[in-house]
Amino acid sequence: MTPRDAELALPDGPAPHAHAVGHDGAEHHHASPTPIGFWIYLMSDCIIFGALFATYAVLGGSYAGGPAPKDLFEPGFVAIETALLLISSVTFGVAMLQAEKGRRDTTLMWLAVTGLFGAGFIGMELYEFRHLVHIGAGPDRSAFLSSFFALVATHGLHVTGGIIWLVTLMAQIRMHGLIEANMRRLSTLSMFWHFLDLVWIGVFSFVYLVRLV
Amino acid sequence: MSSHTHTASHGTMGQLMIGFGLAALLTIIPFGLVMGEVGISRSTLVGIIMGLGAVQILVHLVYFLHLSRSSEEGWTLSASIFAVIILAIVLAGSLWVMHNMNENMMPMPEMHRQIEQMKSLQAQEG
Repeated sequence: MTPRDAELALPDGPAPHAHAVGHDGAEHHHASPTPIGFWIYLMSDCIIFGALFATYAVLGGSYAGGPAPKDLFEPGFVAIETALLLISSVTFGVAMLQAEKGRRDTTLMWLAVTGLFGAGFIGMELYEFRHLVHIGAGPDRSAFLSSFFALVATHGLHVTGGIIWLVTLMAQIRMHGLIEANMRRLSTLSMFWHFLDLVWIGVFSFVYLVRLV
Repeated sequence: MSSHTHTASHGTMGQLMIGFGLAALLTIIPFGLVMGEVGISRSTLVGIIMGLGAVQILVHLVYFLHLSRSSEEGWTLSASIFAVIILAIVLAGSLWVMHNMNENMMPMPEMHRQIEQMKSLQAQEG
């Protein structure tokens, strides 16, 4: 089984090489194990979301005599949330491209724009949650609403974490500039941010739109 | 910035804009279909929404996350495929098991009736 052997040997293969260039960092982007490590974290996060999506799929029809999706969800509202998150994903992409060109101030400006769109998204989500709890459709009303709140709020917490990370990173870039360490952090946060937008596709399709048909 | 490999791994402005255009289009269509109340049957519409969502996830992976066969020597791709397999098992498995359980569970009035029957049988025997 030669191809299998080769595959098994891979993790050990590049490791000494990675160590060797790890100290002067700038050599090659394979020098740092961070991107692949972070990707594996994202995939495990993906499985957490998968479990929450499965819970919603199973419990989504159990209203316990309470309100159904059609009584609660407003497609126009979700469309604006979706637009905010998608635009923030694109502005992060622009910030990333500016950072690669070494333009510190433009990068910071685009990161700030990204943060504002993210905050707008979180603000809308908090408004929706507050409204739902206010009209008696809180997470304690039915299994459908419990699974809805668990899934959407987990995503919202991730975005909130992303915004905190973004602000921290902006301070770091302001202090130290676009050094190698900050570039690594920036590309890691970029993966995180785009990943959250990807999860949101599942949320707006599966949690909101499909239930409004 | 340090070398051209960085630029390659984070794409170009053109790629970003293509991704934005496709993602926007794939978002507007399902929202338009739901909000426009078009005369398509329910199951078809659900299929369209889920299908477009799946396509948009691929668009994001390629144009925003720059997932390709070669990134990180293929390890990101294998990790992703592994995650997708787990996701498929968790989602399909949960739905399948819970559906079977709901199908095989006796409806509540039926259950009460049978309990009464058993009690009367026991009374006759006893």
